[in-house]
Amino acid sequence: MSVRGVAAVVGIHEYESRFDPQASELSIEAESARRALDDAGLEKSDVDALYSHHGWNLAEYMNMFPDVIDTTQMGGGSYEFFAAHAAAAIAAGQCEVALVTYGSTGRSGGRAVERNPIRGRVPALPDGFEEPYGPTTLGRYALVARRHMHEFGTTSEQLAAISVSTRKHASTNPFAVFRDPITVDDVLNSRMVSDPLHLLDCCIVSDGGGAFIITSAARAKDLKKKPVYILGTGQAVAHPGIGNRDLTTIAAGQSHKHAFEEAGVTHKDIDLLMAYDSFTITVLTTIENLGFVKKGEGGAFVETGALDLDGKLPTNTDGGGLSSNHPGQRGIFLIFESVRQLRGEREGNQLKDPKLALAHGTGGSLSTRHSGGTIILSTEV
Amino acid sequence: MATEQQPYRKPLPELHPEIAPYYTGGLRAELMIKFCPNCNISFHYPRTVCPECLKSDTVWRRASGKGTVYSYTITYQNLSPGFREEVPYVLALVDLAEGVRVMTNIIDCDPKDVSVGMPVEVTWERAEELAIPKFRPQKS
Amino acid sequence: MSIRGKAAIVGIHEYESRFDPQASELSIQADSISRALDDAGLTKDDVDAMYSHSGFLLAEYLNIFPDNIDTTQVGGGSYEFHIAHAAAAIAAGQCEVAVISYGSTARTAQRAIGTGGTATRRVPFHPEGFEAPYGTTTVGIYGLVARRHMHEFGTTSEQLAAISVSTRQHAMTNPFAVMRDEITVADVINSRVVSDPLHLLDCCLVTDGGGAFVMTSAERAKSLKKKPVFVLGAGQAVAHPGMGTRDLTTIAAAQSSKKAFAESGVKHKDVDLLMAYDSFTITVLTTIENLGFVKKGEGGPFVAEGNLTLKGKLPTNTDGGGLSSNHPGQRGIFLVFESVRQLRGERDGNQIKNAKVAVAHGTGGGLSVRHSGGTVVLSTEV
Repeated sequence: MSVRGVAAVVGIHEYESRFDPQASELSIEAESARRALDDAGLEKSDVDALYSHHGWNLAEYMNMFPDVIDTTQMGGGSYEFFAAHAAAAIAAGQCEVALVTYGSTGRSGGRAVERNPIRGRVPALPDGFEEPYGPTTLGRYALVARRHMHEFGTTSEQLAAISVSTRKHASTNPFAVFRDPITVDDVLNSRMVSDPLHLLDCCIVSDGGGAFIITSAARAKDLKKKPVYILGTGQAVAHPGIGNRDLTTIAAGQSHKHAFEEAGVTHKDIDLLMAYDSFTITVLTTIENLGFVKKGEGGAFVETGALDLDGKLPTNTDGGGLSSNHPGQRGIFLIFESVRQLRGEREGNQLKDPKLALAHGTGGSLSTRHSGGTIILSTEV
Repeated sequence: MATEQQPYRKPLPELHPEIAPYYTGGLRAELMIKFCPNCNISFHYPRTVCPECLKSDTVWRRASGKGTVYSYTITYQNLSPGFREEVPYVLALVDLAEGVRVMTNIIDCDPKDVSVGMPVEVTWERAEELAIPKFRPQKS
Repeated sequence: MSIRGKAAIVGIHEYESRFDPQASELSIQADSISRALDDAGLTKDDVDAMYSHSGFLLAEYLNIFPDNIDTTQVGGGSYEFHIAHAAAAIAAGQCEVAVISYGSTARTAQRAIGTGGTATRRVPFHPEGFEAPYGTTTVGIYGLVARRHMHEFGTTSEQLAAISVSTRQHAMTNPFAVMRDEITVADVINSRVVSDPLHLLDCCLVTDGGGAFVMTSAERAKSLKKKPVFVLGAGQAVAHPGMGTRDLTTIAAAQSSKKAFAESGVKHKDVDLLMAYDSFTITVLTTIENLGFVKKGEGGPFVAEGNLTLKGKLPTNTDGGGLSSNHPGQRGIFLVFESVRQLRGERDGNQIKNAKVAVAHGTGGGLSVRHSGGTVVLSTEV
């Protein structure tokens, strides 16, 4: 048995504000939950499963008593894991209407994602073998970028092309933080944060969050909006292992296999890729590891404008974490944009008649421990 | 109003706009509780979003400050700073006249005199820029 | 569809030591996983799903690359939630062999779990901001429920103490239990009051420890080393103050047990063993009532009659529980170990005769504030 077509995303809401000092993480989640339920045509009382890192805190805030609770913490990719878990729980009859939420005040809370607040003694494993050497989130990704350049001749210009394409998409998104077009030179001339990654290779830090609703395919038919079915799911983690991991092979190399197999679709069928873009190198390795191009060919691929709306693989059409928003864990936004595109609701940057979207969330740190969650979504079963 | 002369060592909440009036109302001797006009109910703890209808047009209302003890425990051991020096103290849940229950301390009486159902009224403990709502036996 | 009989527990290992300064949380989990796999007759290569709060840290430590990862954290009851989630994933074909593990060095680290209070100066406003300023401790949070239970139903300290006494009797048969000397009701009542009405001997221990168990599909379970213990039903719930109106003596178990019993088709009278989370005696009392074994308010007399002993109507916590055997902070996993031992007939020295059905109920968090309840119904037969 599989979860193919058993469940569908039927309601979404992306919290609009990117800077909201009046909001709390829980208020963002509760507010978004109501709007996502409205979008689906469901009520709070229909919800019987809750997927959120705030677990019982959110249940209390919303005065809810769900029958399934999942707080799986896999960093930014958690929301693709939530979708996979919810599909299984629905398939197994444990619940019928699952609410998935995220809220963060990463910007108004003054969180410096690039700095590390650790002081004094760190836990022995694994931090004790990393923190003494001063890794930052950026530095952990830069190690992958450097190795990719060494192995495949990838250039900073090629990475910059990802920022340029993503900004083009952002220019059509009224909620995006950055909407002015940029060039490859702009990226290369922005300050170096952790060589070879420049400031414009990095995602922004914003407030935000949102919610989406998953229900059974049977129930989805009667709701307000066109259902977006979950065709395939894949989950994976990657880590240094026994100290011999190939840095350019990431969790996506494992998770996508299960997702494609379960969905029964091929790469050429995919109309939209939503790839986690904490950094440009994240997108590059994701495209390669998902199997859209061979390893080492990603640089040349993105340089041709393949990620644009009229490119071979339109990617991050909402403007991504690089230009639209990134409150810390961006995986949930990949689902929102996938659903908007598949519903035909992406005003100003709509793909023509898309049928299949792939969302791949990456959480954690690419060169050390990270997660990869792949979800294949479709308008048809 | 009870005041603390020593530096305050017990835990305090982050004073976020979503909850601030609960911990600053006491500066004006007002106990503030959240109310949803759509649902016509009070609720606690305070939230921007109503936990019943999930709408965000909730308002603050001044509560009577009167209530009864729903449950309590006399704490004899708490190793954290501030409370370590204060044991035994009474941790309690108080049902307010407005229909909501708040966690609090019962002060200004012998812990052994506290009982379930006892009528109590609000008082405040000053702590830095905050006033922490606490309760004491109602004066008859 | 339901998960009834779709998955089984096929291997267990309880970490023996209760104080092990040489161990780490990860080494306890890795060692236990290795032994639980041995117990099942499986190897590390068979594992394709991992349920642990240590998430990718544990995957790295063990050098495994599972296809299903779940780190759901709902306190001490997490492991019953992990069973429910793993059973769904196995039923849905997302994985075949799941390892669930736990490791803690709470004693070595001298963690004051029950009475440490809150050392942070400024706490998050939701929800701690409305609790920590009033001096909440874990014992106090449970003491509030005990006081209310006494007020509503006339429950006495002597009745609560009877739970400690029964549990100690069980612990006397467990060579790994920390406390093995017989105690009386008077011993409990005369132990010092920590948070009135709870005495020291109403409270669980703080130890090191952990363990692991292995779940697989019912199909694959048939060909393994040990007799499978099937998951017949699983229920999950959380409870919290809601709008500020919650009845304190109604706990999450009331919701989770309905689902678990309905799914399993098992009746209360069919249950041979109850493994009830026993952070405190009041946890056991409210669990027995909310699971529906007795009516609300009848728990006190029921436990005072010795019904939790091996000869009683509802043998409970036959390993010695958190009150006497071990409690590294999140004890839900040990409820599963003892259930499996009893159902396999491997509980040397305290075996229930021909046990067929066990119920394990894990409670996590603070009973008078936010807590979780996970109920699983386990059986030797489908």
